[in-house]
Amino acid sequence: MNEDAWTPIPGSGFDWNPLTGRLHWGDLKLLEVFEDPSINSFVASAASWIAVLAALAIVILLTVKRRWGWLWSEWLVSVDHKKIGIMYILTGFVMMARGVAEGVVMRTHQATAYQGGFLSNEHWAELFSTHGTVMIFFVAMPFITGFMNYLIPLQIGARDMAFPVLNQISLGLTATGGALVMISLVVGAFETGGWTAYPPFTGADFDPGPGPDYWVWAIVLSGIGSMLSGLNFAVTIYKLRAPGMTFMRMPVFCWTALCTSILLVFALPPLTVAGLMQALDRLAGFHFFTNDLGGNMMNYANLFWMFGHPEVYILILPAYGIYSELTATFAAKKLYGYTSLVLATMSIAVVSFCVWLHHFYTMGQSPTINAAFGIATGIIAIPTGVKVYVWMATLWRGRIRFTVPMIYMAGFFMLFVIGGFSGIILANPAINWQVHNTQFIVAHFHNVLLPGLIFGIFAGVHIWFPKAFGFRLHERAGAITAFLWIAGFSLTFLPLYVVGLLGYPRRSAAFEDPAFIPYMIVTLCGAFVLLSAFIGLIVTLWLSVRHRDELAVPLGDPWDGRTLEWATPSPPPHYNFAVIPEITGRDAFATEKAEGRPYVTPTEYRDIHMPRDSVAGVFVFLCTTAIGFGLTWWIWWLAILGALVLLGWMFIYPFFDRTDEVIPAETVRLANEAWIAAISLREGVDRDDETTPRNRGFAATDMEQAT
Amino acid sequence: MSDASDEERAERRLYSIGLILSVVLTVASFATVTTGILPRGWAIPALIVLALTQIVVHLRVFLHIDLTRQKREDLQLLLFTVLLLAIMGFGTLWIMANLAERM
Amino acid sequence: MSAKAQNAHPGMNLGYGEGARKAEVDVFGFWVFLMTDLVTFGLVFAIFGTMVGATAGGPGPEEVTDLRSIAIQTALLLGSSFAFSWASLSMKYDRGRGRTLIFLSFAATSALGFLVMEFIDLRHLVEIGATPQRSGYLSALWALVGLHGLHVAVGLLGVGSLTGQILLYGLTDKIKSRVTRLGLYWHFLDIVWVGIFSMVYLAGVA
Repeated sequence: MNEDAWTPIPGSGFDWNPLTGRLHWGDLKLLEVFEDPSINSFVASAASWIAVLAALAIVILLTVKRRWGWLWSEWLVSVDHKKIGIMYILTGFVMMARGVAEGVVMRTHQATAYQGGFLSNEHWAELFSTHGTVMIFFVAMPFITGFMNYLIPLQIGARDMAFPVLNQISLGLTATGGALVMISLVVGAFETGGWTAYPPFTGADFDPGPGPDYWVWAIVLSGIGSMLSGLNFAVTIYKLRAPGMTFMRMPVFCWTALCTSILLVFALPPLTVAGLMQALDRLAGFHFFTNDLGGNMMNYANLFWMFGHPEVYILILPAYGIYSELTATFAAKKLYGYTSLVLATMSIAVVSFCVWLHHFYTMGQSPTINAAFGIATGIIAIPTGVKVYVWMATLWRGRIRFTVPMIYMAGFFMLFVIGGFSGIILANPAINWQVHNTQFIVAHFHNVLLPGLIFGIFAGVHIWFPKAFGFRLHERAGAITAFLWIAGFSLTFLPLYVVGLLGYPRRSAAFEDPAFIPYMIVTLCGAFVLLSAFIGLIVTLWLSVRHRDELAVPLGDPWDGRTLEWATPSPPPHYNFAVIPEITGRDAFATEKAEGRPYVTPTEYRDIHMPRDSVAGVFVFLCTTAIGFGLTWWIWWLAILGALVLLGWMFIYPFFDRTDEVIPAETVRLANEAWIAAISLREGVDRDDETTPRNRGFAATDMEQAT
Repeated sequence: MSDASDEERAERRLYSIGLILSVVLTVASFATVTTGILPRGWAIPALIVLALTQIVVHLRVFLHIDLTRQKREDLQLLLFTVLLLAIMGFGTLWIMANLAERM
Repeated sequence: MSAKAQNAHPGMNLGYGEGARKAEVDVFGFWVFLMTDLVTFGLVFAIFGTMVGATAGGPGPEEVTDLRSIAIQTALLLGSSFAFSWASLSMKYDRGRGRTLIFLSFAATSALGFLVMEFIDLRHLVEIGATPQRSGYLSALWALVGLHGLHVAVGLLGVGSLTGQILLYGLTDKIKSRVTRLGLYWHFLDIVWVGIFSMVYLAGVA
């Protein structure tokens, strides 16, 4: 055997030293534009300067405002599921800024891509790879994980997750992945093989550089975090429901969260396996997916999509849960067809494991196999269809208020159905063979993920923001933003269906058919509308904070809510509930209101035990980031040090007995009685006044029938 | 607890039976291969059956999986995992064998 | 009512109360973790299955299998599993922490013996040129056996940590729950080994 062929260290073309591995000053993107001025290096350097300056600005702001201690003790070491959920969603927003910006640059490139756009091929490839990776793993995943974190314990009547410290560790691992992707913007380069990173193109033979390593470690480490989150949610829902909360009395969001958790638990291992095998190929010269010596890249495609297909349902199911809560609340009706919705969710969860091959119909397997998976794919559309009908039936003759969440819901109805139908078209192997790898696919998955998932998340933010922070979001700004999202999406992605059918390949840096040009200019305009929609979110937040006094809803129930989280003040206390509620029916809070006994003072208060703060999340974040960065740049000492410290900590950690923090019954009683006294001083607000300053979070109930 | 020692004895017996069964099944597996007692083509199915039997013995004896009510959640979880693993494992082998054949 | 019927988790004898409830949640969570691990191993098995023929002219199953060594490893791991179950029994019936620790050390020694045997085997593979860099088949073999070996090594660290905890704090409810979980892990690894010796080694030379 020729040693040089597989050792990654000297001889493989990289100048390596023990201290900094293969990392050199020249890898800093910040300086690239000065050394080699061109439009490509300008864009790359500008992006890294933006990242570095934004980070610096945050550091300076925290220092000037003397907020480091606050950040540390209130947020970073907190194991409160509500704070962890908020941090997840914040991570998603920060990463989304990058994803949207990249999208605009990509659309600009494509608008100029007739016979070659303004960026180099490499740069373009890096853009679509990071855009996909960031949007799926570090925008969509933190969003849904954040929502599940925030809502599950509140909706099932628990005080926290089953494993609060593990929850924090999951967040730490997600942050590690995000940090590695952000570091790749400044140091070195990201991979160029798309968000799926198919070898052998991303293997050591074709791309020995740090890009694919960044991808592998960002994905594997954050993937382990997601898997642990799924485990935590599943156990929480299984074991920590309030007395009387049977499975069939759970809010639909909890059902979708349960199914998503099950998918997380079982679908992430294939990704971890694929990623680690890819790492072994790249770092240790194994032959899983290489071209030579028995390697087989088709194993990678197979493993990746065994994760990848359940993944899209991991992302969309919680959004379905949000839409279910939304329709019932903002139509002031009970959900029509609860049981069928639950069954539909469960069947989606199981069938989503039987369809992964439709992502590679053209790999060369027999028509029989394609047909089998095509049929399974067609079948999975049925439960999704059931859901759309359930939501429509819920809206029927309800008292619908066109608040911001309902605008997103309307956009979802119109656009998501188109996306779903294009999915059914793609499920057919014969048609798929024609349009695979074209812009048609790009149009399809943006069409399901943007109006499906992202609209759901934003609707959810509008619904639950008042719960988390005690004031509503600015209604007018929110509505304008929602319309911008709907218009921006339609302009950007619907034309891609047409160019896809005309034969424009996806991920291609240039096109030769001038017929595509007008469509690409429309999508460029759409991209700018989307950018303004993203800015609209920031403006909405800013306006809401400025007007927080008139938007305040401290009493906790601004929308005449149906589920338990609305039966707490806003923001809810650390321990969620003064006493754990007894559940007597579906839509627990609506039942209480219908029976005329919401907000009763409990007869007896008890001491509440809550888990103490922990540095575990920050610690794991630091160790795993060191491991990931060290392995990417072959800085072995850093990776080994990170791993040893982490292992040593896992060995020693159980020796320290974690005691609970006890909140005395008297404190709980005072807080709860003050809240109930504040409610009794006010008149309930009618639904017509929901968006006026009269809404302080105490609803005059207007439900046609509660249970 | 007065009946604890009886119960303890019963559990010890169960573990010992589990050990003996495992040893017998393992020896049978090794013997299948080393003695060549079975005709060609039968050895691998026999190994699969013996391994699966041994796994069931381990689950029952050492991991305490049984059909009682308190264990139902563990059992459901295990069966669901096996179902998904069967889909993924069988699917992988089916797809990859077919691709290898058509290459 | 017998003690068995009262307990949520018969492996621990914790009775009712907050401790038992917490232990039940912890053990269930650990089961879920084991299932993710099961899927991981299952997939590596499946990948191995697709790569059995991918020897690329290098050493094949006949060359890499030493059945005598595999038989000894199997015996060591089964013995280790059995010793662990006796440790669990002494813990459950309050036979003193000394007995529990003795059986735990039997389990650990036996598993250590397994790892040493495995290491010798793998070193032999390197000597005959059957390194994972040689072919896809060998990559899959090393990955599968190595993943299992790594799990056993982590389990040994766990026994070390638990031994220290038992010596310091005695068999408290929390530690009993940890021993139970480590036991599940231990027996689970034996199940995976049943798959490995049957499907990788025996089936390879059958």
